[in-house]
Amino acid sequence: MSDDNLKTTPLNAAHIAAGARMVPFAGYSMPVQYKDGVMKEHLWTRENAGLFDVSHMGQARLRGVSPLSAFEEVTPGDFIGLKPGKQRYSVLLNKKGGIIDDLMAARPDDDGLFVVVNGACKDNDFKIIDDELAGQVRIDRLEDRALLALQGPKAAAVLAEHAPEAATMVFMDARSITAFGTDAIISRTGYTGEDGYEISIPATEAERVWNTLLADVRVKPIGLGARDSLRLEAGLPLYGHDVDETVSPVEADLAFAVSKKRREARDFPGAARIAKELAEGVTRKRVGLTVLEGAPAREGAEIADEAGNVVGVITSGGFSPSLGKPIAMGFVPPALAVAGTKLKVIVRGKPQSAEVTAMPFVPHQYVRKL
Amino acid sequence: MRFTKDHEWVSLEGDVATIGITAYAAEQLGDVVFVEVPEAGKVVKTGDNLAVVESVKAASDVYAPLTGEVVEGNAALGDAPETVNDQPEKAGWFAKIKIADKAEYEALMDRAAYEDFLGTL
Repeated sequence: MSDDNLKTTPLNAAHIAAGARMVPFAGYSMPVQYKDGVMKEHLWTRENAGLFDVSHMGQARLRGVSPLSAFEEVTPGDFIGLKPGKQRYSVLLNKKGGIIDDLMAARPDDDGLFVVVNGACKDNDFKIIDDELAGQVRIDRLEDRALLALQGPKAAAVLAEHAPEAATMVFMDARSITAFGTDAIISRTGYTGEDGYEISIPATEAERVWNTLLADVRVKPIGLGARDSLRLEAGLPLYGHDVDETVSPVEADLAFAVSKKRREARDFPGAARIAKELAEGVTRKRVGLTVLEGAPAREGAEIADEAGNVVGVITSGGFSPSLGKPIAMGFVPPALAVAGTKLKVIVRGKPQSAEVTAMPFVPHQYVRKL
Repeated sequence: MRFTKDHEWVSLEGDVATIGITAYAAEQLGDVVFVEVPEAGKVVKTGDNLAVVESVKAASDVYAPLTGEVVEGNAALGDAPETVNDQPEKAGWFAKIKIADKAEYEALMDRAAYEDFLGTL
């Protein structure tokens, strides 16, 4: 079905040609799955290499006099300490310490800070950054670039054939290099828990690079359906579902994004709340849950204690193709957030047994050392 | 066998209708990972929720295509939900309903009409 209000990525024609089922997502028409379906695409990525079009995400350069220190005014990360060639996960915070979005920011070269934010949040994010940091730095949106993700245990061997330098990078390295005969910004990261890369390239080159990678028998195109089940297994939150403007990094179990230096300085938006939560604890915490019986517990399902009192809510959940059982994420009071705690999830009125489970559900395979 | 616009099939023996989802519906859903079928004795009206079928990414309701009383839910789907994908119009049935009004069955689409309907999607 077509919708005139939806934007398309530079790979729209390639998706349709590959038999993708297209759905609206973040204002774009995006492939939710290809012919193999979510289950096979998920397992292929865990065993081989999956290629994702994530061009709906917001790419920008933060340019100006001191972009690293300026970026610290809107995030709790140590960006002054971000070394050339490195990338950092961070969050954009509101004045109350709630998360406006989560993001990646990198120094792949000398051209300011390269920032990638969620597609559904990008207009708001970039406006906030521009407004908050006006006079010091500016956001230059990279609307003319596509973004691909190549993920899975065979991703590194595949990419090395087109970008040998990528093999010399480790997890959270980011570099501007020439790859596929064009200017690419490559980072060794992703949203699946697997080893892999995100590859920013000019939109005009996107279809050629996409087809070049798909010509490799180790690579298949993977839709947003499997992207969601992969990130769920990896314990990675999805903005707008597991995290929103009311949730702090401490509640979201993302306190690692609040750097030591910044904790001491308390110089970021919402620092008072976050410092208090770090010192005294929170009233709710994001946890993983394994559903031990019955149907998958999905977003919105209530979580109850063993006595039947409602203690929280599922924020994302589904069936784990790798584990063969339903898993979920949700928020519960910290006393019930300990791995092994027995809880109930209420699905269509029926309580089902569940157990708090340490995340990731499926171990991360990041390459931290060569 | 008769069909609905919600992509269910109904096959009638005497006054007991066996109900499932069509091969088209099963293909659209993708890999089925969980099925909730009704218990015997449940009384349903046309359009009521009859069952729930879940893929990796979503849960979908299956509506009663006819009014009647459930005489059996397909318990075998509990351990083998993939049967819905493998044999949607045979072993992957969801429920058997003792129907109240045979005219309701007669009013459903036959296979030719259903295939014409699929052609319009």
